[in-house]
Amino acid sequence: MAAVASEVAAEKATGTLIEVRDLEVHFALHGTFRSRLTGRGGGSVKAVDGVSFDLREGEVLGLVGESGSGKTTLGRALLGLVRPTGGSVKLRGRELAGLPEKELRPLRRHLQMVFQDPHASLNPAMNLETALAHPLQIHGLTKSSAETRAKVREALDLVGLAPADDFAVRYPADLSGGQKQRAAIARSIIVGPELLVADEPVSMLDMSVRSKILDLMIDLKKRLGLTYVYVTHDLATAKFFCDRVAIMYLGRIVEIGSTETIFSDPKHPYTQALVRAIPEPDPDKALPRDLPRGEIPDAAAPPLGCSFHPRCPLAFEPCGWESRDLRALLEERWLEAGEEAYSAERPLVGDLESLNRAERDEAIVPAGSGTDPGALLALLEKIRSEMPDEPFWRGVKTMAAETHGVRVVFEPGIDPPLYDAGDSRAACLLYRPKTSV
Amino acid sequence: MSEPVLSVRNLRIWYGTDRGAVRAVDGVDLDLEAGETVGLVGESGCGKSTLGRGVLGLLPEGASAHGEVNYDGRNLLELKPRELRRLRGPDLGMIFQEPMTRLNPLMKVSKHFEETLKTHEPDIGRKEARRRSLEALRGMGIPPTRYGQYPHEFSGGMRQRIMIALALVLRPAVIVADEPTTALDVLVEAQILRILADLRRNFDTALLLITHNLGIVAEACDRVAVMYAGRIVEKGAAYDITTKPAHPYSRELLRSTISLSTTALHSIPGAPPNLVAPPPACRFHPRCPDAMRVCASTFPPSVDLGGTRRSECWLSARDQIPEGEDRPLEREALAVAEEA
Repeated sequence: MAAVASEVAAEKATGTLIEVRDLEVHFALHGTFRSRLTGRGGGSVKAVDGVSFDLREGEVLGLVGESGSGKTTLGRALLGLVRPTGGSVKLRGRELAGLPEKELRPLRRHLQMVFQDPHASLNPAMNLETALAHPLQIHGLTKSSAETRAKVREALDLVGLAPADDFAVRYPADLSGGQKQRAAIARSIIVGPELLVADEPVSMLDMSVRSKILDLMIDLKKRLGLTYVYVTHDLATAKFFCDRVAIMYLGRIVEIGSTETIFSDPKHPYTQALVRAIPEPDPDKALPRDLPRGEIPDAAAPPLGCSFHPRCPLAFEPCGWESRDLRALLEERWLEAGEEAYSAERPLVGDLESLNRAERDEAIVPAGSGTDPGALLALLEKIRSEMPDEPFWRGVKTMAAETHGVRVVFEPGIDPPLYDAGDSRAACLLYRPKTSV
Repeated sequence: MSEPVLSVRNLRIWYGTDRGAVRAVDGVDLDLEAGETVGLVGESGCGKSTLGRGVLGLLPEGASAHGEVNYDGRNLLELKPRELRRLRGPDLGMIFQEPMTRLNPLMKVSKHFEETLKTHEPDIGRKEARRRSLEALRGMGIPPTRYGQYPHEFSGGMRQRIMIALALVLRPAVIVADEPTTALDVLVEAQILRILADLRRNFDTALLLITHNLGIVAEACDRVAVMYAGRIVEKGAAYDITTKPAHPYSRELLRSTISLSTTALHSIPGAPPNLVAPPPACRFHPRCPDAMRVCASTFPPSVDLGGTRRSECWLSARDQIPEGEDRPLEREALAVAEEA
């Protein structure tokens, strides 16, 4: 903790704009009538699940992750556009989480957002003059209509929509995708914000236009002293654009560090996979692929322990093994073994759905109806001997046949916090300090 | 060189609009050989998707197509709708961008496959249909235990793999894939690309892969065709074009791609032209950094650069440029706003 405190103190000196601590955004799932009525019961999706970081003045922080990683929700939570269910967000020491909308709204002047889809974020019935004047009126920043007009033109000039008089009277339908995004950026900078959260600002645009918008954003940062949070799934633009990068996976930051360290020496196995997966246009520079299997799991029922362990090639004993991993293993085996093995082995195992109810530390694999649990145990032992390198088996302590199935006992799992890993911090048990064992 | 499976000759596809005819595809020649993957790249609005659909005879109302799309000794453009429909599926397949909108949410995956097989091969038995479907799904990494599930129970990447399996189950000779990975995440995209790469090794399918991402081209394609304003401006082996592009448009497109090795941003000034009234002569000349006087006055020749490589640019035909016409073109600077 002392290390964290001194780090925070050092950042104060350079000016911390935003301080995020243990931020949580949980969305309640109300599947049943009763839970809808009482507001209780049902599960929750932990879109953001305990995230902490500091944002220094004038820096560009990238929030990078796949869809469903919670990066967009986190970006919105910084502005109070979704309400945090826990934790704190401080703007220059002032708490934003939990503020009523009435008090939050004047502060939004300082915190603005650029959305992903420029075609959807501009009102088609407003010309740019009206669209850009709106934020000025809402925040009461101009005294006369002449001043508003002048400010609108100034903003249009800043984003390169020149001649400004010409563009002021245009409607979104008259603009190309890139021009719309410029207009959306103009609308967000017109109130003089300190922080701009840009949610995938270039991903809907053509390759040839992307660099122009990124160029514009770099230019604006220099001219207006902006701080950016750049939310993206595209590591290539993040590498170019960001000073620091936070890699997100299922609502958590799994690795955070300077852009240089993250890309030259990624620590978390997930980051390593992401960096290798980017298509490289120069065939002479292409890296060999070592892709993790599967996809990002359901956020309503995240894996136990480390949430990346089902896909991780380096997973070992304490990563949080559970019954769903066994199901995945069986399915993968039947996928590769072919039709014959599948029809021979499938009847030995009972209802696979029962394996979806994950419980810590142990699982009962039901035997197929009328089959001997001993035969099921033999099958599992056989799979184990045929795939000894499969990380799953590292997490299995014992397997024993019982009346209705096989009891599998797993190694106890640990949910990893962010550990120091060289120059960055990674939420991976590979970097767990030895002393804390 | 072996005989191409599909060969396109001087194809033109024009749409009628209030403003005049949109020349989305304007004189394209392209061959697809068995077992090869050809990438079709270019910015939005260059006619890539129209060309991709046109080669399968899928055109919206109000469009007219001229030229030849030769498949199995017949010109697809001259076939009756009934005959064309019979070819779609068993001979010509298509993979779309949004997998969720192409699968029926009320039908189990098994039903999708069995219906497809029954429609095109009425004599197929239930058992055989099931075996073939499971085999196609297995090839795409979908476990047999999930055969009876509904589309919503699968993740985005799995749905796209189901779509690919659904296109493959009839073993078509030609598949057009229109931006098959654009809606997917990096890791899933990489998985699908690997599957597509396996596809050309294991089947004899010719694949036309439409994409705007040159990284994908370098990784998954044998050959590339670069499209600009309705024309194929350069084509050739993927390795050659991604390492030594001949046409200025290919080169600029490659330079403006942001990859991990990007150290400085680069962009092409301007935007693709309006295809109702494209620029005269070379269509890229208003945006081309190398434009010469001749580029604005005379249409460039298509130059054979050896192998299967061709480039439609005066730079490759310097000896044919009339005296004095090779001086740089003088242009007014473009306003920033017109760029994006």
